[in-house]
Amino acid sequence: MLPLRLAGFHSKKFLRLCVQWFTSAFLLALASTSQAEYEVNMTPGVTDISQSVFSLHMVIFWICVVIGIAVFGVMFWSMFKYRKSQGAKPAQFHESTTVEIIWTLIPIIILVAMAVPATSTLKEMYDTTESDIDIKITGYQWKWQYDYINDDVSFFSNLSTPQDQISNETTKGENYLLEVDEPLVIPINKKIRFLVTANDVIHSWWVPAFAVKKDAIPGFINEAWTKVNEPGIYRGQCAELCGNNHGFMPIVVKAVEEPEYLAWLAEKQAKAKAEALQASQVWSMDDLMAKGEAVYNTNCAACHQQNGMGIPPAFPALKGSPVAIGPSEDHINIVVKGKPGTAMQAFAAQLSDVDLAAVITYERNAWGNNTGDSVSPQDIAKAKGN
Amino acid sequence: MSAVVETELKEENHHGPATGIGRWLFTTNHKDIGSMYLWFSFAMFMVGGCLALTIRAELFQPGLQIVDPGFFNQLTTMHGLIMVFGAVMPAFVGLANWLIPMMIGAPDMALPRMNNWSFWILPFAFTMLLSTFFMDGGAPNFGWTFYAPLSTTFAPPSVTFFIFGVHMMGVSSIMGAINVIATILNMRAPGMTYMKMPMFVWTWLITAFLLIAVMPVLAGVVTMMLMDIHFGTSFFNAAGGGDPVLFQHVFWFFGHPEVYIMILPAFGVVSQIIPTFSRKRLFGYHSMVWATCAIALLSFLVWAHHMFTVGIPLFGELFFMYATMLIAVPTGVKVFNWVATMFKGSITFETPMLFSIAFVILFSIGGFSGLMLAIAPADFQYHDTYFVVAHFHYVLVPGAIFGIFAAVYYWLPKWCGNMYSETLGKTHFWLSFVGMNLAFFPMHFLGLAGMPRRIPDYALQFADFNLISSLGAFLFGFTQLLFLFIVIHTIRSGKKATDEVWEGVEGLEWTIPSPAPYHTFTTPPEVK
Repeated sequence: MLPLRLAGFHSKKFLRLCVQWFTSAFLLALASTSQAEYEVNMTPGVTDISQSVFSLHMVIFWICVVIGIAVFGVMFWSMFKYRKSQGAKPAQFHESTTVEIIWTLIPIIILVAMAVPATSTLKEMYDTTESDIDIKITGYQWKWQYDYINDDVSFFSNLSTPQDQISNETTKGENYLLEVDEPLVIPINKKIRFLVTANDVIHSWWVPAFAVKKDAIPGFINEAWTKVNEPGIYRGQCAELCGNNHGFMPIVVKAVEEPEYLAWLAEKQAKAKAEALQASQVWSMDDLMAKGEAVYNTNCAACHQQNGMGIPPAFPALKGSPVAIGPSEDHINIVVKGKPGTAMQAFAAQLSDVDLAAVITYERNAWGNNTGDSVSPQDIAKAKGN
Repeated sequence: MSAVVETELKEENHHGPATGIGRWLFTTNHKDIGSMYLWFSFAMFMVGGCLALTIRAELFQPGLQIVDPGFFNQLTTMHGLIMVFGAVMPAFVGLANWLIPMMIGAPDMALPRMNNWSFWILPFAFTMLLSTFFMDGGAPNFGWTFYAPLSTTFAPPSVTFFIFGVHMMGVSSIMGAINVIATILNMRAPGMTYMKMPMFVWTWLITAFLLIAVMPVLAGVVTMMLMDIHFGTSFFNAAGGGDPVLFQHVFWFFGHPEVYIMILPAFGVVSQIIPTFSRKRLFGYHSMVWATCAIALLSFLVWAHHMFTVGIPLFGELFFMYATMLIAVPTGVKVFNWVATMFKGSITFETPMLFSIAFVILFSIGGFSGLMLAIAPADFQYHDTYFVVAHFHYVLVPGAIFGIFAAVYYWLPKWCGNMYSETLGKTHFWLSFVGMNLAFFPMHFLGLAGMPRRIPDYALQFADFNLISSLGAFLFGFTQLLFLFIVIHTIRSGKKATDEVWEGVEGLEWTIPSPAPYHTFTTPPEVK
């Protein structure tokens, strides 16, 4: 065995995989006709903008194809016709100013022809004025927060694909890695303005069906907009490398008819009020543990792992850790305020007091930590200082 | 008395290489240093290739199989850094060292001692960079573009070694570039005016100026990172009054010319090879030179096309879109000139020519996707997807790397005096060609269908093309062992090459014997 250890590389799995590959490569060759789902082009999308982007894309594509056929055609013809083996004698010309001027000017004309529609589409994309609804999108490692800034609704959207699908222990679902617990809901036929920013590093909010991709940058607010024509569920992903779980940061947008949107909004507002009330209730240990497990799996398991073992050294284990079994004040502090200089975020603004109390209680009692401590929402409020 | 002096002088002038390890450690001979650069580059190509194959192995099917996401990010980062700074750039410097003095009739590079230094810095820089894999927290994991604030706030501690490594590579590149410029400006044979220089020399002269202009910018940006990480500054930290987007502006002001640094010498190589095997002079020499200058100048004006989605104002977006589209014009002129050189020639298809033809076709395809990427509204859909990965691998693999292969096959007989096996060379070409296209062409589809770059796992609809792509990558990767075999086989045995090697070649390097003697052109040749 080599003395050198590469963190994160699993050689046994690699060998097993090699065997799998040859089998599946062989099967693919056999079954290539049955797998008809080869998506080869961009989506035309469901907004006027995405459709003009799509047609722009197709126009440039076909121009390139035509130029390609012309240039490579001449080239292949030369290779075919002027082979030495066919007795071709080389010509002596090696300069022609006229020809060179022509093949400088023609591309310039083609480029101008491309630039005109591109410019007008771009101008439309930049026009974020007169919006009906403003939604602030904040990128976090590794989830999205959506704030309906005029309607007092705010929530986080996390990957909902179970961990055991990712680690190949169960069959993968239809929307593997493209599903979230709380999708963004928007009404159709309304101009939605997105205000995009980030909390920690740069992310990028991208929904192909809307042709919207905007970087979420800490300290900046970027603008984008969309107006969806058809109801439906549209999926996208974070498009800027944002750390460990960059590949696990999907975006799901549900576009619905306006009445349905308003009903959803009302329900959300009512739920937020109910949650605020819950914070003043007294919670039993069992309830805290049950809620805590759910909160943990959505918010903490990506780094600290479902079994609490973490991925040291970047993400320390919680099982038996000094923080999780030491004084509960320190534990609350680190979850609420985060740990500067590490990936541990401040969860004060991300989770409700009830959720925080539940998840901390869970961490202090799960995986054999058994401290018996139960943390109440009031403890959290005290730690936050309000 | 005078006879004794003469003998001594003669011995002095005709001494061969030193023996043992000292020959390589202390050598100031451009041919030795050129060879070392090329071998070093090949070693790095293999290391970077292994990283790429691990990436492709992980992406072979959906789900996490052999690496975890954190290590995956280290792999993509190190693959990019090693291929750019360890494989492609040193290979071109190696070719410059071997060929520029022979092409312009100079006895050696202008600054031979510095030449030795600029090479020997590299193995140390890369040993340090590779050692980060074994450090606590692992290697750099923020992509080869290492955008702040990810790289300044959430990076592993090894980022400091990465910064030092980049500084060393930069020093090496700048010294190499100074040497190239000094050699070309001062040491051309009498009668060799600028407009008589071979295209390879011209493209390297321009590349060297690009290097001197932008490597300090890279050094600047990594120094700013170092300050942010260790000395409490806030260049890129918005909370401290800094600007994360500033990082990208500075990085891409280096990074965009850098992509031309990796392609211009290859333009030079194919401009030497296509005329030879078409048995016709290069069409439009003057416009080739001016097109190269135009590309180099434009490369400084287009950096923000890598940043169309960061939220630059409409006016900026339009400026960078137009400027980027404009690069298609001089690049088009070059492609048309190569095709016109082949037109009405007398063409044969030796391995260097096959690589050059593949270069022209596949590089053009990369150019087309580049033009598509230049269109800002469409770029919002392409940006940071596999379409971009496909694009830059189509310019870098058939562009830079096929250019280097073509150069090695073309000049290898001159370097070592033996002919390579044409059958094996062609086999290497065809396997590389098929493998490369199989690996990178499906990536266009993946990107258009919506697969982001740099993700270790993907949705099910991307599975089939990823599988094909991985198989192609493995074919391409393992084929390069054949290349290693061919080169070693040629050096050790193989048919003796003639001085001219190829029929009807032009240029001073073909006037000296094969293999090229250790010292050449002690008296400058006359160019008419």
